[in-house]
Amino acid sequence: MARQYDYWLTVLKRTWRGGVVGSFLTPLLYVVAMGVLLGGFIEGDPDRLEGATSYLAFVVPGLVASHAMTIAVSESTYPVMGAIKWHKTFYAQLATPLAVRDLVNAFLGFVMFRVASACAVFMLVIAPFGVFATWWGPILAWLSQVLVGFAFATLVFAYSARLTSEEGFGLLFRLGVIPLTLFSGAFFPIANLGPVLEWVARLTPLWHGVSLSRMFCVGQVDWSLVLLHVVVLVSLTVVGWFLAVRNLDRRLEV
Amino acid sequence: MISARGLRKSFGDFEAVKGIDVEVRRGEAFGFLGPNGAGKSSTMRMIASVSPVSGGELRILGMDPATDGPAIRGRLGVCPQEDTLDKELSVFDNLYIYGRYFGIDRATCRERARELLEFAQITDKAKAKVESLSGGMKRRLTIARSLINNPDLLLLDEPTTGLDPQARHVLWDQLFRLKQAGVTLVITTHYMDEAEQLCDRLVVMDKGLIAAEGSPRELIDAHSTREVAELRFGVGEHEAIAGKVEDLGERVEVLPDRLLVYSDHGEDVVTAVLDRGLQPLATLVRRSTLEDVFLRLTGRRLAD
Repeated sequence: MARQYDYWLTVLKRTWRGGVVGSFLTPLLYVVAMGVLLGGFIEGDPDRLEGATSYLAFVVPGLVASHAMTIAVSESTYPVMGAIKWHKTFYAQLATPLAVRDLVNAFLGFVMFRVASACAVFMLVIAPFGVFATWWGPILAWLSQVLVGFAFATLVFAYSARLTSEEGFGLLFRLGVIPLTLFSGAFFPIANLGPVLEWVARLTPLWHGVSLSRMFCVGQVDWSLVLLHVVVLVSLTVVGWFLAVRNLDRRLEV
Repeated sequence: MISARGLRKSFGDFEAVKGIDVEVRRGEAFGFLGPNGAGKSSTMRMIASVSPVSGGELRILGMDPATDGPAIRGRLGVCPQEDTLDKELSVFDNLYIYGRYFGIDRATCRERARELLEFAQITDKAKAKVESLSGGMKRRLTIARSLINNPDLLLLDEPTTGLDPQARHVLWDQLFRLKQAGVTLVITTHYMDEAEQLCDRLVVMDKGLIAAEGSPRELIDAHSTREVAELRFGVGEHEAIAGKVEDLGERVEVLPDRLLVYSDHGEDVVTAVLDRGLQPLATLVRRSTLEDVFLRLTGRRLAD
């Protein structure tokens, strides 16, 4: 990892400007539009908003969690294909003592730096709006969002490492990211989906992250549920990591 | 430095390398000569310890690539067929960042990078983006990058493919200087002039197998005559005329655009051809090259 530090530093230096807009400004626009302006029409009934006292307090933890997913996915799609196919960065790196595992770790390390910093800034900017119930909740919520990032970054890396054409990404965004963003409980309680779809939503990885993030932010924590969420997200991360290493290894072997 | 026995590489049902034996000694320039698809690059990637061996035995610097890959790669320099330079980085950073991958400390990396820019004659381009370099400069930068760790063994896969003649000569000069400095070179090429210029010893590869082995001189002596008379006739006449001149040399090859008559005395062949009343459009007497060796061994030309 240390040997690749300077490389990723140069990547950060040339991409941070775009990252600031994408990672910080866009979510703020969402908060203003969905949370403040749209949320102003929604009367908060804490029983129906999973314990949140206002729609803003309800939507923010979900927005940040789904934002973590979006960053993790976008940083693990085209950049992975680029490093294999367009820039051949991985081939160059692999001609050195670095192993495939090292490449995957450093790459994911960079993605996670992106996710963690973007979510941290998001949470800090939101703090003055008075939507957090406790001081420690947002910290655990932030860790939950990071966990969401890990699960998606590893799984999507594994997917991208196998892909030979970028068309697969369109599919991933349209059939994966967008439905997950809309229906994993970020914008409305999944109870609104009806009993069948509610269970479908419960099976999605993002819902586990949204629920975790929200419990900590609104301060109504069901620790057994926390355990479940964490186990699911950690398991996905572990599986995703193994697949990522295996798939990249096979891809670069030829 | 390299020892391979019965080395094989297969991709599914396709066997790219079908069992080859190779020995490369310290300080020599060793070549794999063959047409595209002969299995040179597959062999090279196995030697570079990035592509697992499918069968046989391979030892690089005394180590097994299957278990000591990172340790071997730490002592190799690799100049791949396709440039893998980072286009987003400056010329200097390409060297510096690459050195860091080998665990070389920052100060040493900077110093090495400056030396190598000098060696590659691109010091004035240090701050430029890779994109702005010419093809020859990119190649030189790739070679410079492969030297960042002071490798014991330098692997060059088709080092001058796609370069103009002038750029090739600059590159050959640099490789020659490396050889003089004692770096062991392994080169794949489908250019016979490149193999003749650079290699002390080489193997001719065809269809995943080794067809012949030796120094360029030995190969030419063993598989060809001293000279070749090239006779060019009108389009489509070569096949018919071949029969009329085949007794003039040891052997005649018919190519689409000319006849090659192999003889130790080329000028005598040309004189005899004219004496028989044949009127070639053009004639040329030259020394035999590795191209002729390849033609002899495989019945095909190299760079088609």
